[in-house]
Amino acid sequence: MRVDSLASSPGAAESGATGSVRPPGFYTLFRTEFILAVRRRSDIVNPLLFFVTVLAMMPLGIGPDPEMLARMAGGLIWVMALLATLLSQESLFRGDYEDGSLEQLALQTQPLYFSVLAKVLVHWLVTGLPLAVLSPLLGMMLNLGEAGYWPLFMSLALGTASLSLIGAVGAALTVALRRPGLLLALIIMPLYVPVLIFGTGAVQAALDGYGYGPQMAILGAILAAAAALAPLAAAGAIRISLEN
Amino acid sequence: MVSAQSGTATDSAPGLALSARGLTCERDGRILFEGLEFALSVGAALQIEGANGAGKSTLIRTLIGTASDYQGHILWRGVPLPKSLPSLRESLLYIGHNAGVRRGLTPLENLAWYGASHTDALVALDAVGLYGFEDVLCQQLSAGQTRRVALARLYLPETPSLWILDEPLAALDVAGVASLETQMTRHLQRGGSVLLTSHQPVTIAPLAKINLADFQASAHDSLEHSYAG
Repeated sequence: MRVDSLASSPGAAESGATGSVRPPGFYTLFRTEFILAVRRRSDIVNPLLFFVTVLAMMPLGIGPDPEMLARMAGGLIWVMALLATLLSQESLFRGDYEDGSLEQLALQTQPLYFSVLAKVLVHWLVTGLPLAVLSPLLGMMLNLGEAGYWPLFMSLALGTASLSLIGAVGAALTVALRRPGLLLALIIMPLYVPVLIFGTGAVQAALDGYGYGPQMAILGAILAAAAALAPLAAAGAIRISLEN
Repeated sequence: MVSAQSGTATDSAPGLALSARGLTCERDGRILFEGLEFALSVGAALQIEGANGAGKSTLIRTLIGTASDYQGHILWRGVPLPKSLPSLRESLLYIGHNAGVRRGLTPLENLAWYGASHTDALVALDAVGLYGFEDVLCQQLSAGQTRRVALARLYLPETPSLWILDEPLAALDVAGVASLETQMTRHLQRGGSVLLTSHQPVTIAPLAKINLADFQASAHDSLEHSYAG
């Protein structure tokens, strides 16, 4: 390494001062977030580990009766996926807030909407999607009927994306607080309820031999609404949090 | 009225970058400063002085539009702030107290996030003495080195014209301070403007100073104001 090349900066910054560095595009934002997420492996593994461990405990807690487990499996898996997502939400904006890059994002000329969307997309890719992929396996462990595997995966894949988006609003609102813990849960949980109802509804309908198309359509509609509105709300909440 | 270059500059003067008129900020019911006036011209630098807690960072956050709770007027190129905020942000390079360096990224990745091309980022990192550290995670760098990663943005070939720097010299060594001063002077010569806070003496020219202590209300006044507002 060179000891110090500070005093002479060859060729650095010789041109005009009126240029403006172009803000990072959506791809750069997404790639940066993805690199960060992959490097913070514990943030990815912890929710998954929680999800698997708690569900593995369930037969011990409520008894090994296959009939009863089969009846509860869909709901249990959904509730645990919801809690695992909630656990991982808290850190969504925290690091960026503490190192000042959230402030830098808010100062950029491009809308904060896309920055938030990139962050949430990565969050879903590293928490929601793995949860959905793992869910049929856990369904098998809890004696969930075979007819429920596909709707469970589909509803979780759609549903966790909505959960990530909705949770981003709560995370943005509480980012300035040192220990948001319960407050975050209180803000987000009521908004999670519709997703939970239609998610478990889809699994139950499939198990009862009905079509689960309507529930999936509603989950899709919730996702579409959340993708359009939640980043806007989160962007507003970030600006409020940065005021103090 | 403190002017960074010529005291006769008016708000509509083409050479005027950022100015404040009768600016009052309060925080938690306490008035930090009152009736603050300054004018920062193109090609000039302004240093904001004040004790810890005097409101330097609050002033800066108000000027860049992050904090919107103020009375008075802030003008960017003669246009009042809420209206001219997008234009201000287009020509703003802000390095805050928290430098905006992501610890999980390498210096190169950090600069790429700020829109720098690979070669430009390498040259800038070389200029701040981080040659050889391009691919080390920032969490493994020292405080001073992390600071330098943020300051490397000032060495990119095309920087925005208005630099607002909150304590840029903190954690820098002597050579680092000298280089930064050279770079700021160069920026002024190119027609840029610099507004900075520092507890250390800064030797760049032309440099004007304002002290927030000169705009502080008495304890009695501030109590009255906080209830009136």
